[in-house]
Amino acid sequence: MRHATGAELAAALRAGDRRALARAISLVEEGAPGARELIQAVYPHTGRAHVIGITGSPGAGKSTLVSALARAYRREGKTVGVVAVDPSSPFTGGALLGDRIRLDGDAPDPGLFFRSLASRGQAGGLSRAASDVVDLMDAAGREVILIETVGAGQSEVDVMDVAHTTVVVTMPGVGDEIQAAKAGILEIGDIFVVNKADRDGADTAVAALEMMLDLGAGVVSVDAGHHGAGALAAPAAAPQPQMEGAAWRPPVLKTVARDGVGIPELIAALARHRAFLDASPAGLERRRRRAADRLLAVAARMLLERLARRDGRLDSLAADVAARRLDVYSAAEALLSPHPMSSQRVVGTPGTDKPGST
Amino acid sequence: MRRPIRVLVAKPGLDSHDRGAKVVARALRDAGMEVIYTGLHQTPARIVEAAVQEDVDVVAVSVLSGAHLTLLPRIAAGLRDEGLDGVLLLAGGIIPDEDVPALKAAGVAAVFGPGTNTDAIVAFIKNWMEKGGADAARDRG
Ligand SMILES: Nc1nc2c(ncn2[C@@H]2O[C@H](COP(=O)(O)OP(=O)(O)OP(=O)(O)O)[C@@H](O)[C@H]2O)c(=O)[nH]1
Ligand SMILES: [Mg+2]
Repeated sequence: MRHATGAELAAALRAGDRRALARAISLVEEGAPGARELIQAVYPHTGRAHVIGITGSPGAGKSTLVSALARAYRREGKTVGVVAVDPSSPFTGGALLGDRIRLDGDAPDPGLFFRSLASRGQAGGLSRAASDVVDLMDAAGREVILIETVGAGQSEVDVMDVAHTTVVVTMPGVGDEIQAAKAGILEIGDIFVVNKADRDGADTAVAALEMMLDLGAGVVSVDAGHHGAGALAAPAAAPQPQMEGAAWRPPVLKTVARDGVGIPELIAALARHRAFLDASPAGLERRRRRAADRLLAVAARMLLERLARRDGRLDSLAADVAARRLDVYSAAEALLSPHPMSSQRVVGTPGTDKPGST
Repeated sequence: MRRPIRVLVAKPGLDSHDRGAKVVARALRDAGMEVIYTGLHQTPARIVEAAVQEDVDVVAVSVLSGAHLTLLPRIAAGLRDEGLDGVLLLAGGIIPDEDVPALKAAGVAAVFGPGTNTDAIVAFIKNWMEKGGADAARDRG
């Protein structure tokens, strides 16, 4: 299994082999050579799962909620995949992945596959890995895929772009609505959950969120605030469809995840959002935007790898830039140029280059 | 670039606290490893399933309750049944010296008693990985 090819792993994981799925996840996480073949092989078998992102402040109860949701979906007979993302230390590369703690039951449930991912600190790499992991779980037949991340930092926000439906979890007494607004958490939520509603202040928290949602966007369009590479790809994307009546006002729900209170209501809201996405032009637009983001991320990575390898020109141009024989913008143009490196390259003399001259 | 070493730190049985396991988990994390921590009261079957799903290189099990002679062989057998014989199985906690040979015969690679310096555990794992880790263990058969 350790040495299986991408195609072999793809066939095995589709047949329900949990070890193959686990190995495959490691491969895409590493961006290993077999990963591309693997995703190529599984991609035609994806697109069925409902992918749900769960994000929010540390300790808000995300893992407990994930566990409660997983249990509820399992009772409905649906198979579940969970991806729990925690940060890697930027200094040691190590990570403590503790979200499994909230899983319960004595016997393992074959209908639940739980994988902890460390962010591994690559810029943009996390959401690429998460997209790939979701594809693998989807191809392995998981009908619901839950992704947990701590809602802090750009990479976590980017991971939420992988989800069809994003649930933002908060709890009473955290109280800093301003923080929420600053963290951009209001824009990414399709559903808001005030967990630990057994504590004082839950209604206040709900009211504050409702008010901010009304103030912030009037009625929030489904793609408000979704950003990233898709924005750059605007010219290539389809023209913005008419969004007549296609607006989603995120509901705000209360739960006591620890005791399962409010979970049926949350499941119902998740189903409503999925139906909304399926029925509205906004849903289609969102799928396209997500595909564009992912495509650009993968293409950017391939391009970087190619540029770094290309006929030694990175080294020679870098030497020119370091010695101030060439400015970095001109060097980048030369690096990207489809033509072979010209020997009579025009080189500016330090100090005489005008800003903006090329 | 090779991925970080992945370790499952698990606590089977009825132990009522997991301080020692948490200290080990943090030390391994600080040594650059990705540590999946499962919490208390795990059954051997759940530990094996977690090892499968998390695709770990190492399973480190801490037992204080005195049930090590039943729990650890069950975990070792479970790993074998799943084809994870290459995974390094380590034991820690309160384990009398006279029980160590039986545990080793059952498939535990090393036993770290109370008072073990966490550096020794880190060094043991890194040394094993340098020798090829699970891949080498598998190739040796
Ligand atoms: N009172 C109360 N406590 C809860 C509830 N849900 C979860 N908790 C507790 O809150 C603590 C944190 O729960 P987690 O589910 O680990 O929270 P998390 O958001 O996943 O935490 P991180 O992943 O560390 O950010 C645990 O002690 C839970 O038992 C709830 O509804 N009410
Ligand atoms: Mg958590």
